[in-house]
Amino acid sequence: MKECYIARSRTVAARQLGEEMVIMSAVDSTLFNLNPVAALIWQAADGKTPLAKIVEERICPAFDVEPGEALRDAEQFVSDLAAHGILLLAESPIVESSAVADKKS
Amino acid sequence: MQPGVSQRSVAPPLRLGADAVTVEIGGVPIQLHTSDPDFRRVIEERYAGFLSPSALPVCRFEIQLTSNHVPADEDVSVFRRGSTWCLQRGDFRAEWDLRRREGWIRQCANPYSIDSVLRITHSLLLAMEGGFQVHASSAIRNARAFLFAGVSGAGKTTTVKLAPPDAVVLTDEISYVRRIANGYRAYGTPFAGELARPGANATAPVQQVCLLKQSSQNRFRPVSRSNAIRALMRHVLFFAQDKELVERVLDSVVHFVSAVEVVEMEFTPDQRAWELIR
Repeated sequence: MKECYIARSRTVAARQLGEEMVIMSAVDSTLFNLNPVAALIWQAADGKTPLAKIVEERICPAFDVEPGEALRDAEQFVSDLAAHGILLLAESPIVESSAVADKKS
Repeated sequence: MQPGVSQRSVAPPLRLGADAVTVEIGGVPIQLHTSDPDFRRVIEERYAGFLSPSALPVCRFEIQLTSNHVPADEDVSVFRRGSTWCLQRGDFRAEWDLRRREGWIRQCANPYSIDSVLRITHSLLLAMEGGFQVHASSAIRNARAFLFAGVSGAGKTTTVKLAPPDAVVLTDEISYVRRIANGYRAYGTPFAGELARPGANATAPVQQVCLLKQSSQNRFRPVSRSNAIRALMRHVLFFAQDKELVERVLDSVVHFVSAVEVVEMEFTPDQRAWELIR
């Protein structure tokens, strides 16, 4: 199975509000709200860590979910965000990522 | 003094002045030049309560009228090229050089186009200084401004229609919010919604933002900070495809919510709702 690498797009502004995340697209001003699970994936989207590893090391311990199910959900989630241009997806590490620390509010 | 000499010496600025209309919204004067006297009258009538001939404009636009009547059916595109903002929609093109503080607008003699250019220009100016325009009606009561935000049909227009005589309606459509030293001020705008009536050219410190929810009772319900930010972000008017400005708007809303109370306002669509607004 191919690896999936994810990186945050440079065209969005994101702010963490408590455990959740608000993301605004600079392309079309669309607003996205990420729940705590999605926010964790977003934060870990550094372009270098495979999605499977993010799920295994960050999601499963924090939310007590079964790895297979969590990975399927995560793949669906990153695919949705990629369709909106919020995340970048690749089968190899993404060098040109926007892995800048999100501001906390 | 010889009148003729005097007239000659002041002729250029007078002529320039005669072509120009300065529209001051939110304390921000923008000068509009047009050589078409009919369109100048249209502008003067549309922004009648917001004209400020003696104000020093923060920017100037030369309006170039075209005969092409293109409907406003395209999405607006706002982007920056160096120090120049470019604004485009089906019915207008405009450029605004930030350094020179001037630009041009190419449009047909349609007042809705100039309305849109002004809204966008103000949204950019506000974003740069920590303010914003938001889809909300607003009014002043007891020297404090109240904003009523909601999706279309939530009751923005209804709320200000029901305003008691002592309330000053700032807008039924787009509220104009500027950051000041110790909080925020709301300003009236000429941008009319369903009421088809411009707001009053008045201002007051923002006391409260009410997220509207029609109900069988009138009461305020608390809103968490994160929900308030999300709700406001949904209603903020912003057009630019520019990450830096989007970041600023997001920060502005976060700061605004830390400074101004945001509540959910359950209201009955009648005058009793205003018993809450004091």
